[in-house]
Amino acid sequence: MAADKVDPIHQFQITKILPIQVGHWDVSFTNSSLFMAVVVILATGFLVMASSSRAMVPSRWQVVAEMAYSFVADTLRDAAGKAGMQFFPLVFSLFMFVLVANLIGLVPYFFTVTSHIIVTFSLAILVIGIVIGFGIWKHGFHFFNLFVPKGVPAALIPLVTLIEIISFLSRPISLSVRLFANMLAGHITLKVFAGFVVTLSAAGAVGTVGSILPLAMAVALTALEFLVAFLQAYVFTVLTCMYLNDAIHPGH
Amino acid sequence: MAENVHTTAEVQHQGGHSGVFPPFDSSTFASQILWLAITFGLFYVLMAKVALPRIGGILETRHEKIGRDLEEANRLKAESEAAGAAYAASLAEARKKAQDIASQTRATLAASVDAKRHEAETALSAKIADAETRISEIKAKALGEVDGIAVETTEALVSSLIGDGVGRDEIVAAVQSAK
Repeated sequence: MAADKVDPIHQFQITKILPIQVGHWDVSFTNSSLFMAVVVILATGFLVMASSSRAMVPSRWQVVAEMAYSFVADTLRDAAGKAGMQFFPLVFSLFMFVLVANLIGLVPYFFTVTSHIIVTFSLAILVIGIVIGFGIWKHGFHFFNLFVPKGVPAALIPLVTLIEIISFLSRPISLSVRLFANMLAGHITLKVFAGFVVTLSAAGAVGTVGSILPLAMAVALTALEFLVAFLQAYVFTVLTCMYLNDAIHPGH
Repeated sequence: MAENVHTTAEVQHQGGHSGVFPPFDSSTFASQILWLAITFGLFYVLMAKVALPRIGGILETRHEKIGRDLEEANRLKAESEAAGAAYAASLAEARKKAQDIASQTRATLAASVDAKRHEAETALSAKIADAETRISEIKAKALGEVDGIAVETTEALVSSLIGDGVGRDEIVAAVQSAK
C-alpha cells in the first residue's frame, strides 16, 4: 500500500463514475468529466455571483471578476486589435476554463483536467480550427499568404514557406503539449516530494527529521505550481490571441 | 514504469485498463473529448450569453458614468469661470458708473457754484456802482451846498461889517473868484 501512495502517476488515472457505451465508443462519465463540470460550475458560478449586484463601486469579488474580464480583453486587444474582440467570448472561456482547471487541480485528491494531453490538444485544435476556418472564410485564398512572408528573396521562398507551414502545423502541438507537460510535471514533482515525506517519516526518528526538507520543498513547489497554473493559462491565452491575429490579419 | 502498481489499484479495471501511462491511454480519449465538448460548449454559451455581457455592461456603465461625471464637472467648472468673469465685468462696470456719476456730480456742482458766484459778483458790483453814484451825487450836492453856505456866510459877514449896499451878485462873484 505504501508503494501505491507514493506512485506519482496514480493521480492521473481516469476512473469511470457512470459507464456509458455508444456503439464501440466508451463515453463514460468519468472523474475527468466530473471535474470538467466542476470547473464550469465554479467558474460560471463565481463570475455570475460576483457580478450579480452590478455595483457601480464593486465588491471584492466583483473586482476579481472585472479584472479577469479586463485582463483577457486587454490581452486580446493588444494581440489581435479591435477586430479580434469578436473572439472575446471564446478567448475568455478558454482562459477561465484552463485557469480554473489548473487551480482546482492543485487541491489534494482533485483531478487535474488539463493534465491530460487529449484535453489540451482538443482545446488547441479548437483554436487552430477556428484560426484556419475564420481565416479562409474571411480572406479566402489570401489566408495562405501567411505562409509566404513579404520581403523574402525569391530563391528562399520555397524554403521559408516550408518552414512557415511546419511551424504553423506545430502550433497545436506546442500549444497543447506546453500546458499538458507543465501540469503533468508539476503534479508529479509535488507528488514525488510529498511521497518522500511519507516514506522518510515512516523510517523512524532520523527519517522524520530528514523529511522536513522534502516537506519544505513540497510547500515551495505548491507556491510555484500556483504561479505555473496562472502562467500556463495566460500563455495559452496569449498564444491563442496571436494565432487569432494571424487569421484576422494574415498579410503580416 | 508504474504499470504493475496500477493493476492492483482500486476501481480502474472496468474500462479494460491497459496499464499504459494514463494521459496516453487512448481508450479514455473518446469520453474526454465528448465531455470536454459538452462542458466547454456549455461554458462558452454561459460566458457569451450571461457572464460576459453582464460584466461588460458593468464596466461600460461605469465608464460612461465616469465620462458623464467628468463632463459635468468640466461644464460646471466652465460655468463657474463664466460666472466669475461676469462678476468681474459687472464689478468693473459698476466702478466705472460710480466714477461717471462722481465726475458728473462734480461738474454740475462746479457749474452751479460758478453761476452763483458770478451772480453774486454781478449783484455786488451793481450795488457798488450804485453806491458810488450815490456818493458822488451826495458829494456834488454837498459841494453845491458849500457854495451856498459860503455865499450866505460872506453876505452875513459883509452886511455886519459894512452894512447893506453890496449886491448879492457881487458877493457870489467874489466867492467864486476866491475858490
